[in-house]
Amino acid sequence: MASITIQSITKTFGTVPVLHDIDLSIADGEFVVLVGPSGCGKSTLLRMIAGLEDITGGEIRIDGRRINEVAPKDRDIAMVFQSYALYPHMTVADNMSYSLKLRKTARERIAEAVGAAAGKLGLDPLLERRPKALSGGQRQRVAMGRAIVRHPKAFLFDEPLSNLDARLREQMRAEIKRLHKAIGATSVYVTHDQIEAMTLADRIVAMHGGIIQQVGNPLDLYDRPANLFVAGFIGSPAMNFVDGHCRSGAIETDDGSRIAVPGGIDLAEGQAVTVGIRPEHVRIVAGSGAGSYTARVDLVEPTGFGTIVHVRLLGQDLKIYTLERGAAEVGEPLHIALDGDRLHVFDRETTNRIG
Amino acid sequence: MTRKRIVLTVLHRLAILAYVAFALFPLFWLLKVSVTPTSLLYTEGIRLWPSRASLEHYAFVLTHSSFPTFFLNSTIVSASTAVIVTIVAALAGYAMSRFVFRGKYWIVGLLLLTQMFPLVMLIAPMFKMLSPLGLTNSLTGLVIVYVAFNVPFATFLMQSFFDGIPKDLEDAAMIDGATRFTAFRQIILPLTLPGIAATLGFVFTAAWSELLFALMLISGNQATTFPVGLLSFVSKFSVDFGQMMAAGVLALIPACLFFLLIQRYLVQGLTAGAVKG
Repeated sequence: MASITIQSITKTFGTVPVLHDIDLSIADGEFVVLVGPSGCGKSTLLRMIAGLEDITGGEIRIDGRRINEVAPKDRDIAMVFQSYALYPHMTVADNMSYSLKLRKTARERIAEAVGAAAGKLGLDPLLERRPKALSGGQRQRVAMGRAIVRHPKAFLFDEPLSNLDARLREQMRAEIKRLHKAIGATSVYVTHDQIEAMTLADRIVAMHGGIIQQVGNPLDLYDRPANLFVAGFIGSPAMNFVDGHCRSGAIETDDGSRIAVPGGIDLAEGQAVTVGIRPEHVRIVAGSGAGSYTARVDLVEPTGFGTIVHVRLLGQDLKIYTLERGAAEVGEPLHIALDGDRLHVFDRETTNRIG
Repeated sequence: MTRKRIVLTVLHRLAILAYVAFALFPLFWLLKVSVTPTSLLYTEGIRLWPSRASLEHYAFVLTHSSFPTFFLNSTIVSASTAVIVTIVAALAGYAMSRFVFRGKYWIVGLLLLTQMFPLVMLIAPMFKMLSPLGLTNSLTGLVIVYVAFNVPFATFLMQSFFDGIPKDLEDAAMIDGATRFTAFRQIILPLTLPGIAATLGFVFTAAWSELLFALMLISGNQATTFPVGLLSFVSKFSVDFGQMMAAGVLALIPACLFFLLIQRYLVQGLTAGAVKG
C-alpha cells in the first residue's frame, strides 16, 4: 500500500502535448478514478505511473520515492489491462504466478498466494486452463487475479471492463468494489464510463484535453460540477444546457423565456451564461402557474424504471427524466417547473461555474 | 442442391489434385531416374517407371563419390546460416516492431536496398573482400555471405510476426517484474515460434540450395556444398543423370526432415486467447 504523488506532470508525443501540468495526490488506500472522453490523456497518465510511458516533465512519487527513472518492474505496482493481456501460452495458474516466479518466491508461497487469489475470484476450477479456453468474464477475472496475488503497492486499472457486455460489466464493477474494500489497496482506475467512475471512486478526477477539470468525490462532481465539461460529462441522461444573458435580475434565454437567477449567485447585467439543468431535476407539474413553463412533448423514451421525455423549450430540445409512467404523451402540452437551487449557472466565456 | 454441392466438391478436389500432380511431378521424375539403371535410361524413354529398378546409383554416390562430404558441408553451412540469421532477425525484427529510434527509416531503406541487386553483380566485390581475409574456399566465408544476404528479408519476416503480438503482453510482463529482455524471451518468443520456424525453414532452404556464391567462392573439394557437387556429374561429354538424381534425392532428405521437425509450429496459432478475440 502506498500513496502516489503526481507533481506538474507534462507529456508530449513528438510535438503534440497530451498532458498539461497535472498535479494530483492519491492517498494510501484510496480508490481514484480518472475519467474523461477518449484522447483526454487519462490512459497516458496511468501508463506514466506504471512506467510504460516516459515522463516529459514533472515528477511522480510512490510512497515519497521519486520513480521517474525507475523501471516498471521495480515500481511494485500491478496493472489490469483493457485487453487483459494474459500470456496465451501459460495456464491460468502460471499467468497468476508469473510475477511471483520472477521475484523468486518460494514455491509453497506461490501456491498459497495463487490459491488464495483464485478462491477470492472463483477461479479454482479454471487454474489449469489456457486463456483461450476462457470466456471474456473469466479472462477478466484472471487479469484481476494476476494483479492481486502479489500484494503490490498500488493497482492500476486501464479500462478493465470496457470489453465486457453490459451485464458482466455491472457484476465485475461490484466485484472490483468489494475487492477494494477487502484489500484496501491504493487504486487508480481509468475509464470513460461515468457510471463506473461514480460507483467505484472515492475520488473522481475528471480530465479533458490533457487538463484536470475537477477533482472531488462523486457526489461533489454531480452536485457542483466545476465547469461545463464536468457538468456535461457526469450524469446520464446528460445535463441540459440553455444559453442566455442576464437581463434585469433574471436569465433571459435566446428564445426570450426567463429563468429566475438561483439564490447566492451574482451576475452582471448582460453577462453571457449557460444554465445547466439535470433532466431528473425538471419537475412535471399539474397546471401552469407562476414560474412554470408549458411545452409540447416531442418524444418519449421509456427506459423501464423511468422515462425520458423530450420537449421543445427554452429554444432547444430539453430532456426531462421522470419516474412517473404516462406523465407525458407525444404531441400533448406539458407543464414543467425548474427548482432554483438545482440549477447550475456557468459563465459562457470561461465555462466555469458561477456560485 | 446436394448434387450441385457434390459436383463442386469433386471439381474442387480435381483442381487440387491437378495442382499437386503438377508440383510433385518433377520430384517423381527425380526419383524415377535415380532408380533407373544406366542401361535402361535411354532405351526405355519416357516410361513412368523403369522395368527394373535398382539402387546402384545410390550405392555409387554414397561410397565412390565425395557426396557424403558435400552433404556434411551443406548441412553445416545451412544450419549455421539458419540459426544465426534467425537470432539476428528476431532481435532486429523486434526492434523494428517495437521501438521508435533515430534513423529507423534509413535502416529499413538500406535493408530493402540490399534486396534490389542481382546477386551476380556482387560476386566479384564479394570475392575481393573475402579473399584477403582468407575466407574464400571456407565454410565460414560462405556462412558469412549467406547470413548477410538473408538477414534483411528474415528481419522483415520476423517483424511482421512481432507486429501481430499485442504490446500489452510485454507491458504486462514488465509490470509483473520482468525486464524487457526477459519479457521478450519468456513471453514474446514463445508466441513467435511459428514465425521463428518459418524463418528457420526459409533460410535453411535458401542456403541449402544456393549455387552461385558456393560455386564462385569455393574451389576445393573439402569445402564444396552439394549444389556445387551436383555439377561434378556433368562432364565435358556426358551427364551422369542416374547418379545426379540419386544425389538429388539424398539432398532432399535433410530439408524434408527439417520441415517435418518445424511443421508443427508453422501451423500453430499460438496467440489465440492473448487478448479479447
